[in-house]
Amino acid sequence: MKKRGGLFWFQLGFTLLIVSFLIVPVILSMLAGLTVNYQSGLESGLTFRWVTAVWEGYRQTIFLSIALALASLAATLVLGVPAAYVLARARGGWARAIEELLVMPVAVPGLATALALIVAYGTWGGFRTSWTFILVGHVLFTLPFMVRSVLAVMHAIDLKTLEEGAASLGASFGQRFFQVILPNCRSGILAGALMVVTLSMGEFNMTWLLHTPLTKTLPVGLADAYASLRLEIGSAYTLVFFVMIVPLLVAIQWAAREPRARRMERA
Amino acid sequence: MARTRLFLLILPAGIVFAAFFLLPLAQLFVIGAGGKDGIAAYAAIVTDRNYRASLVATVLLSGGVTLATLIISGIAGVFLTRNRFPFRPAVTAMLTFPLAFPGVVIGFMVIMLAGRQGLVGDVTQWVFGDKLVFAYSMAGLFMGYVYFSIPRTILTVMASAEKLDPKLEEAARSLGASPLRVVWDVIIPGLMPAFVAAGAICFATAMGAFGTAFTLATRINVLPMVIYTEFTDQANIAMAAALSFILGAITWLVLAVARTAAGSSVAAAG
Repeated sequence: MKKRGGLFWFQLGFTLLIVSFLIVPVILSMLAGLTVNYQSGLESGLTFRWVTAVWEGYRQTIFLSIALALASLAATLVLGVPAAYVLARARGGWARAIEELLVMPVAVPGLATALALIVAYGTWGGFRTSWTFILVGHVLFTLPFMVRSVLAVMHAIDLKTLEEGAASLGASFGQRFFQVILPNCRSGILAGALMVVTLSMGEFNMTWLLHTPLTKTLPVGLADAYASLRLEIGSAYTLVFFVMIVPLLVAIQWAAREPRARRMERA
Repeated sequence: MARTRLFLLILPAGIVFAAFFLLPLAQLFVIGAGGKDGIAAYAAIVTDRNYRASLVATVLLSGGVTLATLIISGIAGVFLTRNRFPFRPAVTAMLTFPLAFPGVVIGFMVIMLAGRQGLVGDVTQWVFGDKLVFAYSMAGLFMGYVYFSIPRTILTVMASAEKLDPKLEEAARSLGASPLRVVWDVIIPGLMPAFVAAGAICFATAMGAFGTAFTLATRINVLPMVIYTEFTDQANIAMAAALSFILGAITWLVLAVARTAAGSSVAAAG
């Protein structure tokens, strides 16, 4: 082992300082959501009162966010996986151009996309006030992540040979797609799916403009709570959000490590 | 036959994308030109004093955030790829962890740190007898934007740092270069493609970020807040449309240029 000089300890200290910058406020807000009175500190005792208050006042937002995330997942699977297949199989400039286009909703701020949707469809009463209006925004925003993630795997495996092999054995296109291509893209679909669900649950920039009083998502409810309720309730609400999002984030990191580990096993 | 099939498979995504993104965006552009200023609304972002001021403020903030984030991610990223120590994977995981936090939650994290009941206030009260509260200002916004930018850059920097050749640094050192010179002449140029790619993402995200500013203070004069105010309080939909179209064009362009630049320099290095 190398001797560790002053530079090592300086860099370690710096890195840990950055880690605490990111993690300390998360811990503080979790504690605040469980403390009777945050201002007087933990001595005031721990309580579930604020979490209960959030559940009673805002559980609709939790249900809607879960429903939106699952609906976005379904839509991005149906739209995105075939699109990724086309982009992987088609050579040439137009496939690249379509890929560039599809990624645009990530590059353009959510505020602009939401305004565009409102000026185009805002007068369609039934659509504007339904939760599907938000769903459209979420699908636009999450679709590129599904396409990219599946496409990356499709580029890594030898799609063409696999398909030709199956075709030479007499498999129809449907059989090839569902029994050969999809199983081989599992890791990409999984990574994309986790990303879609996580991003949809956390989306705010677009949703804030697209929502109505009857279609509030979890992040919209959070903004409400931060602006108008005491710090403890905002914190308890954030705690609920963390409880939902952290398992997803852990799963994303696990899924990202998976293919690399598999490649190393093969090597 | 095969071509028709490819076309049919991408058609659903194409229809949804055209109907709910391209068409609305075109309509946004038309409405932006349909206000009392006509097409001149698109120039207002530089000709109108207030809009220009908020454009300058937003660009300066985003540039500052990008620079600070790249320095932080550069130091921590190179350190984490070069050294093996206990809990290293956990440290890396924690640095990428807030990646999917929405802007509003990040605003709240800034309030937990630097707000009226925040940690910084408590500590400064205890040490100096004076409470430091800066969450609801440009400084708080800066802090929040750095917070959400670190997880977006650290992995790109680490992936690039892994490809740096330590022999180049040893050679520079054996030729008598000081550690600072090694960083400046060897490490930073080696990481440049990653810095360009990650920096562009940082900059574009900061330009378009809305949730954090929304949580911290509606009076901070950054472009997304101005657009939001025009839309809701002033009901000036044409101006909101023009400004958001321009903002979208800026962020898209920054990302496109960076992708080309980073792509070509990666190719040049290989």
